Amino acid sequence: MTNPTQGDQLADLLRGDADELIRRWVGLAASSLRGRMTEAELDRELREFFAVLVDALSTGSRDIKDDAYADARVLLEELSRTRARLGFSPSETAVGVFALKRAVFELIERRGNDGFREVIALSSLLDDLGLWTFEFYSRTREEIITEQSEQLLELTTPVVKLWDGVLAVPLVGTLDSARTQVVMEKLLEALVESGAEQAIIDITGVLAVDTQVAQHLLKTVMAARLMGAECTISGIRPQIAQTIVGLGIEFGDITTKASLADALLHALRRAGVDVVRRRNQAV
Amino acid sequence: MERVPILKIGDVLLVSIQVDLEDQSVVALQEDLAERISSTGAHGVVIDISAVEIVDSFIGRMFATIASISRLFDADTVVVGMRPAVAITLVELGLTLGEVRTALDLEKGLAVLRRLGADREVRIEVDEDDEPVQAFS
Amino acid sequence: MTSPAGERKELPIRRDDDVVRVRQLVRSYAQQAKLSLVDQTKLVTATSELARNTLTYGGGGVADVEIVADTRRRGVRASFIDEGPGIADVELAFTDGWTSGKGLGLGLSGARRLVDEFNLTTEVGRGTTVTVTKWGR
Repeated sequence: MTNPTQGDQLADLLRGDADELIRRWVGLAASSLRGRMTEAELDRELREFFAVLVDALSTGSRDIKDDAYADARVLLEELSRTRARLGFSPSETAVGVFALKRAVFELIERRGNDGFREVIALSSLLDDLGLWTFEFYSRTREEIITEQSEQLLELTTPVVKLWDGVLAVPLVGTLDSARTQVVMEKLLEALVESGAEQAIIDITGVLAVDTQVAQHLLKTVMAARLMGAECTISGIRPQIAQTIVGLGIEFGDITTKASLADALLHALRRAGVDVVRRRNQAV
Repeated sequence: MERVPILKIGDVLLVSIQVDLEDQSVVALQEDLAERISSTGAHGVVIDISAVEIVDSFIGRMFATIASISRLFDADTVVVGMRPAVAITLVELGLTLGEVRTALDLEKGLAVLRRLGADREVRIEVDEDDEPVQAFS
Repeated sequence: MTSPAGERKELPIRRDDDVVRVRQLVRSYAQQAKLSLVDQTKLVTATSELARNTLTYGGGGVADVEIVADTRRRGVRASFIDEGPGIADVELAFTDGWTSGKGLGLGLSGARRLVDEFNLTTEVGRGTTVTVTKWGR
């Protein structure tokens, strides 16, 4: 694939009309971004990329995975990442690369010279670079999604103190295996930090439980026990009770209570607290 | 090989594991403890593992063994300070600690031993008080 | 689609304290690969079991530990290679509670539960290789 003469030709072609090309390129890219980035910003970005691209081309290599393109790849990754974080769409991100193609085509057309070979080589190279931005764009988006779902997990699973020495996690919504695992770790950490010996996992607000989730709940209770704390599960809805029995999951000697109130009373007793109703206030 | 020190406080033996234990040290600790329980007549053993980053089946078995040995000398064993990550791993590993009792920290571990000790005394009193009452009623 | 992501090291497993060294190496790699604390603990515990197996049943061998990466995440892979007697009945060796030696019989089955990927090849008279991988979440 490597052909030094051709490589120089292409690099020379780009270098020869660098300013004109970049201007046109920036113009094309800017129009598709509809003012969400200033031309000055784009100009700086693309000019930098143009320089490393021409350097890479002048080595004669046409494979973007070559070392020669390392700088170009890094720049593109950076560009894709910032675009993704700023909320640009994938096509708006890739257009930054593809617009150069159009600029070069126009240039060659105007000149009327037969730079076919160069154009084809450059075209497929730019396609590859464009795809590279897609890849990094989607990777960044995935990172963002993961971060957000982690933040959501943090928000939706508070560990609350019900009484001195009694903690509770009220779970709401759909429990998946990942979330249950986070809850489990958070609760156990809280036991260590607070020194609470009683914990309640309340699943009143949980719509469904599958085998894996039920297993995680069981493991949490067992882990708490290994650490020296007691864990009660409360608020099991009838449907969930059916599922648990249907799945053949053994809850063994784990304490379960119908309501959070029952679980709290149980936990208080275990913690050595008596709850007494004053006689003269009895209904 | 490092030997884990055993401290005596009142009638409780305290073992605080501060290093990444190799198997030989584990075996040595078991032997040393058996020796000390029998020579001191201690009624409780507290093993503090708050500095321990992993407990595998070998170390887990040590806890169970120490508890069984202590039982023979009428002493209770409490493992204190197990980290959450360690507890989760042990559950996943499928390890149970047998007769070993656990507590969140050293203070609570000592409280567990006191409670168990108190149980023993109470049992004797109840027996003496109860029977005559039942006999005459 | 896995490619090495840098760090790799081979350690001998000849003596008791080599097991400790393997644990420490695996932990430092797991930290570098940004595994969560619980995942680190699970992996280190699994490798501790496997390294001990290599020593006890395989008559010693080597641990080959490396940081790996695929397109989305990083992880740690560890292989335990011995030229010992091999395992005649693999299925039996995976049964919880079954042991031919000094463990609790949770070594192989327990280690498998603690990691994401588990691969065992063994040949009677030739030796055993166990490779485990744990990925970051």
